[in-house]
Amino acid sequence: MKKNPIIIAYAGANLSSLQFALKRVGYDVSITSSHNKIRNASHIFLPGVGAAASAMGKIKDNFLIDTLVNAKQPTLGICLGMQLLFTSSDEGSAECLDIINGNAQIFEANKNMPVPHMGWNKIKCISESRITKNINDKEFAYFVHSYSLPECQYTIATTDYGKTFSSIVEKDNFFGTQFHPERSSDFGEMILKNFLDID
Amino acid sequence: MGDILNLAARYKNEGADELVFYDITASPDKRVVDRTWVNAVASILNIPFCVAGGIRSIDDAEEILNRGADKISINTPALINPDLINILADRFGSQCVVIGIDSLLINNEYYVYKYTGNTKLSSSSNRKTKDWAKEVQKRGAGEIVLNCMNKDGVQEGYDISQLQKIRKLCKVPLIASGGAGKLSHFDEVFNQANVDGALAASIFHSGKISINDLKKYLISQKINVRPVKGEK
Repeated sequence: MKKNPIIIAYAGANLSSLQFALKRVGYDVSITSSHNKIRNASHIFLPGVGAAASAMGKIKDNFLIDTLVNAKQPTLGICLGMQLLFTSSDEGSAECLDIINGNAQIFEANKNMPVPHMGWNKIKCISESRITKNINDKEFAYFVHSYSLPECQYTIATTDYGKTFSSIVEKDNFFGTQFHPERSSDFGEMILKNFLDID
Repeated sequence: MGDILNLAARYKNEGADELVFYDITASPDKRVVDRTWVNAVASILNIPFCVAGGIRSIDDAEEILNRGADKISINTPALINPDLINILADRFGSQCVVIGIDSLLINNEYYVYKYTGNTKLSSSSNRKTKDWAKEVQKRGAGEIVLNCMNKDGVQEGYDISQLQKIRKLCKVPLIASGGAGKLSHFDEVFNQANVDGALAASIFHSGKISINDLKKYLISQKINVRPVKGEK
């Protein structure tokens, strides 16, 4: 079956870098908030835009909560998009999609660890997943975030920045990467390819 | 544009962690810039990149970010209109608002310079670098690139003492700029000034140092950097 992945648009945000990355791995992907297109997509990308509370507000305004929570296709939340898959976030006391149990918490800034956590950091795979197929342990990925999720039963990979947090998660058809695969060099492209290989 | 794309592809393949594209003539000329090159760069790069130069408004910033850049770097326009930092941080998030600071030592005090892309217009903003570094963080800057003008272009090493001073008051990522000339300069700036990144241009453009060799060297010096593909 031909694959027709889509990127969910919900805030008029900059999504072109993700779109370009998907083009590099062989997919022309449209950016849409149409419920029909989302329901008929083979794969769903949920990017992160702005802060958790305002992003959830935009998702609500577009009546996308049910569509997302009930999605049966492989769905990948990226950065804030991953955090939105969880129960809640301290960022604006946001109630999120509650697909995975957990609460996003802010990093504590200190002299050696500026916040946001911005830049390249190591990924440590702690359990096997289709999304990390052919991935070596201790790859580097590109992060930009101030909030993070603790390790949980759905954690596939962790990263350390003052504390250990979930950098890749998987629950059923829902996946999340705290980093930006579209900006994580060859490693990130492999993650995108693996995700799109999931049926 | 071919040159920019060739360079972007070259540095991506060599293992650069991030690229900054400076349009250093943009501010003094007050010209409208054709930014279609940003799309072309975004479509080939799989690493983050930042665009600097000529960003004076929300519309300028939005155009560049929509074309696929990850960050925008503001220098002179932030000195002329500091509220621009707040506006950009509120609208797009601090993570993509980089403030470039051109800093020059005058009578034992560091001052911020503006319009440094043009030797005729380059002049002191009369702001002390340490005050400006604090102010831009309060206003929402997510990263500071400190270009140490006394060291820029001479390839004798980064300005460690100035970077150490700014590091102490900088809670956001701090990027060292100006002075890189050989491998050990990078080692020094990471170890002694505890910066989050080191920027260099001419030594990479000329081929004097390859990013591959630099990373191998830094890893051998136990500095935590992303290895180049195929190296572990």
